[in-house]
Order: sequence, then structure tokens, then C-alpha cells
Amino acid sequence: MRKTKFIAGGAVIAAALAYLIYAGVTQSAVYFVTPAELRASAVAGKPYRLGGMVLPGSVTWEPRTLALHFTLGDGTATVPVRHKGTPPDLFGEGRGAVVEGTWSADGYFRASLILAKHSEEYKAPHDASQAGYKELFRTLQGDGR
Amino acid sequence: MIPELGYGAAIVALVLALWGAVTAALGARTGRPALLLSAQHAALAVFVLVTACFALLTYAFLTFDFSVRYVATNTNLGTPFYYRITGVWGALEGSIILWTWMLGLYTLIVIVRHREGARELYPWVLTVMLGVLAFFLLVITVAAPPFARQAPVPADGRGLNPLLEDTGMITHPVALYLGFTGLTVPFAFAMAALITGRVGDAWITLTRRWTIVAWYFLSLGLLIGGWWSYHVLGWGGYWAWDPVENAAFMPWLTATAFLHSVMIQERRRMLKLWNISLVILTFGLTLFGTFLTRSGVIASVHAFTQGTIGAFFLSFLALVLLTALGLLAVRWDALHAQGELDSIVSRESAFLLNNVLLVAAAFTVFFGTVFPLLSEAARGVKVSVGAPFFNQVNVPLFLALIFLMGVGPLIAWRRASFDNLRRNFLWPVLVGVAAAAFFFSLGVRSAIAVLVLALTGFVASTITVDFARASRARVRLGEPLLPAMGGLLRRHNRRYGGFGVHLGILIIAVGVTGSQAWSVQTETTLRRGEYAELAGYRVRFEDLTASEESNHFKVAGAFTVSNGRGLGVLRPAKKFYPQETSPIAYVDYRLGLREDIYLVLGDFARDGSQATVKFQVNRLVSWIWIGGLVLTAGAVLAILPEKKKAA
Repeated sequence: MRKTKFIAGGAVIAAALAYLIYAGVTQSAVYFVTPAELRASAVAGKPYRLGGMVLPGSVTWEPRTLALHFTLGDGTATVPVRHKGTPPDLFGEGRGAVVEGTWSADGYFRASLILAKHSEEYKAPHDASQAGYKELFRTLQGDGR
Repeated sequence: MIPELGYGAAIVALVLALWGAVTAALGARTGRPALLLSAQHAALAVFVLVTACFALLTYAFLTFDFSVRYVATNTNLGTPFYYRITGVWGALEGSIILWTWMLGLYTLIVIVRHREGARELYPWVLTVMLGVLAFFLLVITVAAPPFARQAPVPADGRGLNPLLEDTGMITHPVALYLGFTGLTVPFAFAMAALITGRVGDAWITLTRRWTIVAWYFLSLGLLIGGWWSYHVLGWGGYWAWDPVENAAFMPWLTATAFLHSVMIQERRRMLKLWNISLVILTFGLTLFGTFLTRSGVIASVHAFTQGTIGAFFLSFLALVLLTALGLLAVRWDALHAQGELDSIVSRESAFLLNNVLLVAAAFTVFFGTVFPLLSEAARGVKVSVGAPFFNQVNVPLFLALIFLMGVGPLIAWRRASFDNLRRNFLWPVLVGVAAAAFFFSLGVRSAIAVLVLALTGFVASTITVDFARASRARVRLGEPLLPAMGGLLRRHNRRYGGFGVHLGILIIAVGVTGSQAWSVQTETTLRRGEYAELAGYRVRFEDLTASEESNHFKVAGAFTVSNGRGLGVLRPAKKFYPQETSPIAYVDYRLGLREDIYLVLGDFARDGSQATVKFQVNRLVSWIWIGGLVLTAGAVLAILPEKKKAA
């Protein structure tokens, strides 16, 4: 009799856990898609993670309104993306980025989150990009304080 | 020359570890002390050799030996002295050396402490410890050799990942690895118990303190990781359900379950099979976590590199689990419980439920972490579940666990009478209800926040009720109040140490709840002299300055903060490292008990005329760190040697 009670209790807990997991998955599952896959079957309002390359020349950012617009591409298709916020440190043209958000019926992807990808490739120190920093450094120092 | 010495030392250590594992096992079977002695000498030699590896690698870092690939990728001529040392374990190869070194150290402590006391179990414990050591040495020599050379030798190294240039990088990995490796000891004792068939309580009594120590370091590692995330990564949070965090959190959950379930075995001779399984599961999860973070199988913001190392860990994990399951099957009959559960309303079932919930939480975290793999394998689509999944599933479990935290320590063993329940829980329940009403009347409308605060009131009251009652009993016997309380802590250090840890967890829970429910943020671009306002604070942009540090440029914004009166200047910055293609954010903040002001510099105009800033007011986050301190005090009290006589 006592044993039955414990087994029943265990079953209730297991069922509750299964429900929690099921509800959690159905409510927060996010699909990884490429621009081509999104173009093929976009459902407005459904959450996606869209991964692609930030097309060179596509980024515009307006500091006063924080409106960030760019285009993600994967070689076959492109998707315009809009986001409100500062571009993350790792974000840049010609680099990979993953954005999370929803497809808008107006024909663009509304990103609530930008996960820029860290480039793993080895980069020799003291390369050309440093000249840019030096110049930046000078402008800031020479700046009239 | 130095790298070759290091490589040679690792190979010799590997051979000796294997030798020691085998001789210890032979010693156990034949009972010849000479064999056991030989194994002990091997363990000592392994420790010395791994220490030498560690020292040689550190030397290579300090002398900028860029012919060693690992050195060249993790340091450069500009790296400050301090970070050249922490850089030793800043990436995969070196972190495995640190791990192995700690495992060697623990093995020595096991030898010193248990050589005399645990004659039957001890040789097999040594075998298991040395076997695990041999695996890690195999990784060092074959899969991830830290001393591998490269040609041509670069003139300068790449440099340490700038995110790791932080004091947290000394303490966080050290604490975390002390926790991970420490869990090997209870595992080794459990395996020894299975091998010898002595599956009684001896191994549990012997490893009790070991488990608390390992658990404590794991907790500390997680908390410092949260602090690092909060003050370095600049997204304003301390926990993201990132796979790497989950990798450390899963063994923490099962180790927590084990800490509680051993009490049932000690007291009631129950749950033998469960306890051994929990220890095996916990150790398996530490290996799985290492596999997860080192194999690159799951994309994560801070996963290490990819390589063959994943296969190594997965194979070893499979070997461990198969061996353990085989042994469990052999000892199945001996593992059957002697005690029985008498009633659902009892301390046993409260602890049992606590265990079920903790393991369930570990399972959900596991499920969510590997979900992208599962969905890709099953349906061919990449689907991930993020933070919402983990929060949604775990919040109910954790709320129930907090409730049990109040019930478990006070409810009667075997069968709680109505009188027992009323005596212990009437006041705490009233306090909990009053707390809920109080916070509701203050305008708290988040159901979870109200629940957490009410449960906190309830649990804190149970602790107070218990402590006050015990102190009063002593005072009645003629002791003055303070010595009575001190004596109580000392005499029942394990119980009150546990309460201390519970209090720490409660404070952390309040901090987590508060920061989730009440933090606010805004993001805006300011010209010089303009200000942004949030939650009664005003942040004014003054100017931008640039400076040259030893290995990077730094552009810092000056922002004056006030809330009616001046609160000082915060200087969030961006750091530009020559080896990195992107700048690194450097957060500035003003911590407070109620709220933190937290500024992240975003984009800025090159002439310094305007800057974009993310401005957050994070509520109650400091409680998390304070909870960590309380938890530390509790853990220290719990591992003090037990005092048999009243003080």
C-alpha cells in the first residue's frame, strides 16, 4: 500500500516534469536557418535564429536613434535585417553573424539580439589594422581638452 | 630543451600512473604491502613530474618561448607579467595540466589521510585515482600536447584572449577545477566499495568531508564565473545558460543531491544503490562537461577549440560508465536497502523529494544543452532552446527545492506527527504568508518574486526557530546566551554549517529573483554635456580620452553619475588589442546593496563629440556575491572536525 503511494507520487512528478519540458520546448524552441531557408519558408512572428554573413556595404547605423540596418547573405539568398541598438564589438561587414528575432510581414527580419561570431582564424599581430587604431588614438589625444 | 623536458616528464608520469594503478590493484588482491608502497611512490612521482610540467610551461611563458605553439598563441611580448602566469591555464592544453596537477595533489592527500584508516578500500581508491590521472596524462601527451613546437618561430606571440585578462581568471578556473577534480575522490571510494563489495556506509563516512569540499569549490567556481561574466563580458548578466555554464552546473546539482542523500543512508541505511549511482553520475557529468566544452560539439560563446580531444573524453566517459554499470550489476544484491520508508510525511521523503528534484533539474539542463544535437539527429533541423526554456522549466523545480530546504531539516524522521509539524512550522508558515502580504502591499506584482520572498521568509524562520530553540535549551541549563550559541555551532557544526549554506543559497535566490524582476536598462547616444535618466539616476557624458596601455589602446568615456547628489564618475571603455579584429568592452559600475549602476560604452565618434552608452540599473545583484560569502562561512563550519563533547 505504502509502496503504491510512492510509485504514484513518482509518476506524478515524472508526468509534471515531462509536461514542463514539453511546454518549455514548444514555447522556446528557436530554429536555426540560413537566409535561403528563411526565404523559402518564412512564417511571420515565429522566432528564428538566422545565421549568415554581413554583406559588405550593407550596414547603416544611426547613433541618435540606434537604428541598425544590414543585410545577411549566404551566397544564394539575402535577408534585410533591422535592429535597435549598438552594433556589438564582434559585429562587422564581411563577418559572420547570427541574429535572433522574427520575420516581419513587411519583408525584413526584426532582430532582437545579435550574436556576432568570433573569428577563429589566426591573425598576425602588427598588421594593417593597427594603423587604424593608431590614427584613432591620435585623433582622440589631439582632441581639444 | 625546456619543452622537451616537459614532454618527457609527461610521458614518464603517464607510465608511472599506469604502473601505480596496476600495482595498487595487485597489492589489494595479493595483500602484499610492497606493491602498495610502490604504487604510493608512483603517485608521489607523478605529482612531482606534473608539477615539473606545470613549472616548465610557466617558465616557457615567462621567457616568451614562442617556439612552443601554446605559448605563442596565448601570450605576447606586451602581456603583463601577471597574465603571463594566468595565461598558462588560459586555454585548453594548459588547463588540462592544471586539472591534472590538482588531481595529483588530491591523490597525495588521499594517501596521507586514508592510508591507515581504510585498509580494504584504500588500495582500490588509489587504483582509480591513478587510473583517472593516467587518462589525463594521456590527453597531455597525445591529444593536447602543451609543449608542441612550431616552426618557424614567430617574432611575437598572438597574445592571451583579452577577455581573460582579469583577476577572476586566477580564481575562477582554480576553484572550478578544485571542485571538478575533488569529485574524483568520492567516485574513487564508490568504485572501491563496489569492487570490494563493501558497499556499506564506510565509503560514505570517509568521503563526507571530501564531498563537501569539492561541492564548495564547485559552488565558488560557479559564483566567480558569474562575477567574471558580470564585470567583464559587459552584457549586464551573470548567468546565460550557456553550454559551458551548464557543464559545470549539472555536476553541481547531482553533487548537491548526493550531499543530502548520504544523510539518509547514514541515518536509516537506505538509498545505498542511489548514492553510489549519484556519485558515478556526478563524476560522469564532470567528464561530460569537459567533453562538451573541449570538443566544440556545441557552439558556445566560450567553448574551447575543436580537435580529437572530444573523442578522448567521450571514450573515457563510456569506459567509466560501462565499468561502473557492470560493477553495479555484480553488487546488485548487496545494494538493496535495509531501511524502509515509513511515511510520506517524514524527513526521509523530504530528502528523497529533494533528490528527485535536483536530479530532475540536472536532467532538464542536460536535455536543453544537448537539444540542438538531438533535434538535428532526429529531424535534421537545427533547433535550440535558449534561456527561456531553462528558466521556465527550472524555476518551479527551484521553488520547490527552496520550500523543501525549510521542511527537510526540521521535520521528524520516520513519520511526522501533526504535533511535530505544528511545533516546527506554524510560525515559519505565518512568517512566509506575512512576507508575501508585505511585499504584495509594497507593490510587488511578479508572482515568482512574491513566492521567492515568501519562501525565503519561511525557510529563514525555520532556521531561526531551530537555532533559537536549541540555544534556549542550553541557556536553561545555565549557560550564558552567547557561549551557548557558539557552543551549539561548534558542537553541531555539520547541522549549522548546512543551515549557513542554506542561508547563503536563500540570499543568492533573492539576488537572482530581484535582478531578473526589477533590473532596468536603456541605451542611448549622448553628445557632450547631454545626459540620460533612468530609475532616478542621471548619467552625463563628459568626454572621451584615449590612453596607451602595455598591450592595448584604451578609449574611455567619462560619465558623471548623480541622483540629486553627485555619485562620482564612471569610465566605461573599449580596449583595442592589436591581435584582435574587434575591440573589447570594459565595463564600469558602481555596486550597491540595493542596485548597481552599470555602464557599457558602445560606439563613439572619433572626435569624442558623442558616445553611445548602455546604462543599466541592476537590482539586488550584490546579494548574489554576499550569498556566496555566507555560503562560504557555512561550508567552512560544516567541514570542521566534529567535536564529540559539548563545549
